[in-house]
Amino acid sequence: METVRTQRKPLSKEVVVPTLPLYRSPPSLEVRLEDFELFAIDRLRVLKGISDGLSRGKKHEEMEQLEKDLWNKNMRHPQASEIANKDIISHFVLRLVYCRTEELRKWFLSMETALFRYRFRQESAEAQRALMAEFDLPYKAVGSAEFESLRDKLGQVSRSIGQPLPTADAIFYKVPFEEVPELVAGRRVFLHKGHAYIASNQVVSLVGTQFRSHLSKALILTNRKWTSTVREQEKDRLTPIVEALCTSYLGPDYSQPKGFAEISVKDINELARSSFPLCMRHLFEKLKEDHHLKHGGRMQLGLFLKGVGLKLDDALMFWKAEFSQKVSAERFDKEYAYGIRHNYGREGKRTDYTPYSCQKIILSTPGVGDHHGCPYRHFSDENLRAALSKMGVNSRAVEDVMDKVRNRHYQLACTLTFEAVHASSCDSGINHPNQYFSDSQKLLQPKSTQF
Amino acid sequence: MKKEENGNGRDEMVIDGSEEREGNAVPEGLNVNYLKLYYGKLFPHADIHKWMSYGNDGKHPGCDQSYFGRREFSFTLDNDIYLRFQSFNSASELENSIKEKCPFKIDIGPVYSVDPSKRHAYAQTGDNVFTPVERELIFDIDMTDYDDVRYCCAGADVCLDCWPLMTIAIKVIDTALRDDFGFNHILWVYSGRRGVHCWVCDGKARRLTNEQRAAIADYFHVYKGNENSQKKVSLTGAALHPFLARSYTEVLRNFFETKLLSSQNLFSTEERYEKILDMIPDESLTSELRGKWQDNKRSTSSKKDIDSIRWEQLKTMLQSGKQKVQGLRRCVEEIVFSFTYPRLDMEVSKHMNHLLKAPFCVHPKTGRICVPIDPNECEEFNPTTVPTLATLLEELNMGGVRQEVNDELDRTSLGESIRFFRSSFLQPLLKSCKEEIESSYNTKLQRSKNSLTW
Repeated sequence: METVRTQRKPLSKEVVVPTLPLYRSPPSLEVRLEDFELFAIDRLRVLKGISDGLSRGKKHEEMEQLEKDLWNKNMRHPQASEIANKDIISHFVLRLVYCRTEELRKWFLSMETALFRYRFRQESAEAQRALMAEFDLPYKAVGSAEFESLRDKLGQVSRSIGQPLPTADAIFYKVPFEEVPELVAGRRVFLHKGHAYIASNQVVSLVGTQFRSHLSKALILTNRKWTSTVREQEKDRLTPIVEALCTSYLGPDYSQPKGFAEISVKDINELARSSFPLCMRHLFEKLKEDHHLKHGGRMQLGLFLKGVGLKLDDALMFWKAEFSQKVSAERFDKEYAYGIRHNYGREGKRTDYTPYSCQKIILSTPGVGDHHGCPYRHFSDENLRAALSKMGVNSRAVEDVMDKVRNRHYQLACTLTFEAVHASSCDSGINHPNQYFSDSQKLLQPKSTQF
Repeated sequence: MKKEENGNGRDEMVIDGSEEREGNAVPEGLNVNYLKLYYGKLFPHADIHKWMSYGNDGKHPGCDQSYFGRREFSFTLDNDIYLRFQSFNSASELENSIKEKCPFKIDIGPVYSVDPSKRHAYAQTGDNVFTPVERELIFDIDMTDYDDVRYCCAGADVCLDCWPLMTIAIKVIDTALRDDFGFNHILWVYSGRRGVHCWVCDGKARRLTNEQRAAIADYFHVYKGNENSQKKVSLTGAALHPFLARSYTEVLRNFFETKLLSSQNLFSTEERYEKILDMIPDESLTSELRGKWQDNKRSTSSKKDIDSIRWEQLKTMLQSGKQKVQGLRRCVEEIVFSFTYPRLDMEVSKHMNHLLKAPFCVHPKTGRICVPIDPNECEEFNPTTVPTLATLLEELNMGGVRQEVNDELDRTSLGESIRFFRSSFLQPLLKSCKEEIESSYNTKLQRSKNSLTW
């Protein structure tokens, strides 16, 4: 990337050319068909690596290192002059690949935005400003009079998030709060009358949001073009490549139970004890205890059970058996059965909903009376310890788990629990409660029943 | 994906304690005939239509005539039949349908891209045309979420001792919506039993994306209570964010010390003070306090001020010079936040497609009307004196002799609520809607002119 910069000699000292493209328009250069595919696969490796890192709950600095390694490893090119082209070509090829369904678009958007943000932070201050200008953002730095009048408040925010106090020459931008949702959500900015005051090191949030929303719109358009003309025109050339590319790299979504036959209601107790991850075990036990779960718990456990192989009729029977000890059968049919059928795609939008992944569960916000969420994240120390020892995790392993929890590696904590309970290693790590279940079953079931 | 469920599937507690009144000609509870009368004579159909039209029912060429017709209403009928995706093209259509179906509950959903009653016709195209495009930013605060910090009532009940928790919520959220987020058109409504609803109706609030809504909800999300963690509030960092600092000094601390401390007797029994001591992560401190309070059992101090005495002791202990230990610094604030800070139903605010009960509905269990609450006077609001369907009809009956048609509202105690709704909320809102419609029309006109001359 350095080479690109030296090749295009800046016209004057002020002009800085960022190495980070905004991918506004598709490249108008010729691409060899094999490069088309190879470049895309290389970029996909980067995005997939980022996705794995995020779902493992890696911390900010670790992600930074990971992104750097991934980029340097995969996005090289023997000819230095081609590096920038490879970047742009691979991005546009993947747009074609990932424009085709809501799910694919969402994943691609998140990963490209994460990558963009990382690369933006690597740019010099001048290059960052140049990129901001390219986005054509109308926001000006806060003037000195306004800055002085707000300095106390801005300082208060800095101290609340452990940042150094703003100096007299610090640059703040005043932007509509809608532009920086993540800074608002984390209370990382001062808000006044609808404006957020963002520090220069927070600009990445602003441009990241812009990048994301541009890309989101572009993907919709690409999808339209793809379905209306390109797919047909390219059916002998690009279409097969594009269609093969997306499936190969996304993990299973566990919407259909795989590998194991259906389970029946009578087995659930036994399976819960042997093969449910703590989050599901806890919900299951609370359900048995209270004969009730609130909405979030019903969703988390219900979809998990669906992924495990509980058929709709059995699911209705299972939930009804529990709930009817507290509410009348009639009320169950009226208020709760709908939700269960909904989960199985038999009501409402008729979408066959997929079980929640660890990432989704970790990010959930259980409230009063709720039992869903990730125990490693949402339990207090004592409750988690008690729950772990109840699962039969020995005290030394409990300490290892707690250590991961303290460092906010919730999925690693779950992986260690898995290993302790099964006395076997789990190299892939736990990314999904249903994966925990199927890995557990693989270990527990006699080899003969597997194919 | 949860929308169907959350409309009415939230866990309703069984209510008891319907108030007995003497000499009341109309019995309490919900009676279809009374409801019919209410919808016929008192319910402000036209105002609801005006509001939900946001100025688009005018004659200005910039008005979007399809706007009101794309709004989802849903009705819960007598026998628990739930009608979703109802839509109406005019005030009279809305009024006629309400009068005819006589719903026990009316919920309001988002404005969709197309008429929600025709959504199936668009479903075939597969291109997801049917999607919410506008929705007020809404908040739902329910007293049942506070059951661990109120000792006077539980579940569905509320009384004047715990209602201040709602007052606090209104004050904290209302101030932040106005001062921090710059919203102006905010309606607070009593939910009819044990909570409050908030509707933020500014144009830019209605057009927020789900992500932006979630960001606002998270900005307000301090109380992280779930059943499996003792510490519900944790304030870290060297300072409090200005929003939290302001909420603390202007509202929370004051309400905690002057109201809740004594009205809820937060320190009066061992069980209660132990709950507070649990929040202090320092064994030696807590055992010292515990010692003091256990010995103190038969002391002279009257029962009345035992709560404030113990609170002062705790504060002195935590804030005295020698206790500048990390982690204890914010303990006093954390305790106050735990007992007072608003607890929002996050999911309601985060998504556009959540339904919320319409103002001026009759609560099916209490018979109370969901009247607006003036945030500037919210301390005066008394949920136990809110008009009920029964009292309103009684008032109507009493004035039965002097029949003046337009006067019916004024004869009842609902009149005041409706006047407040119009003057403090609806009129200013419609004024700004009109301005917005005009100015966006003019910009559009200007733009097309420019492109023509060019």
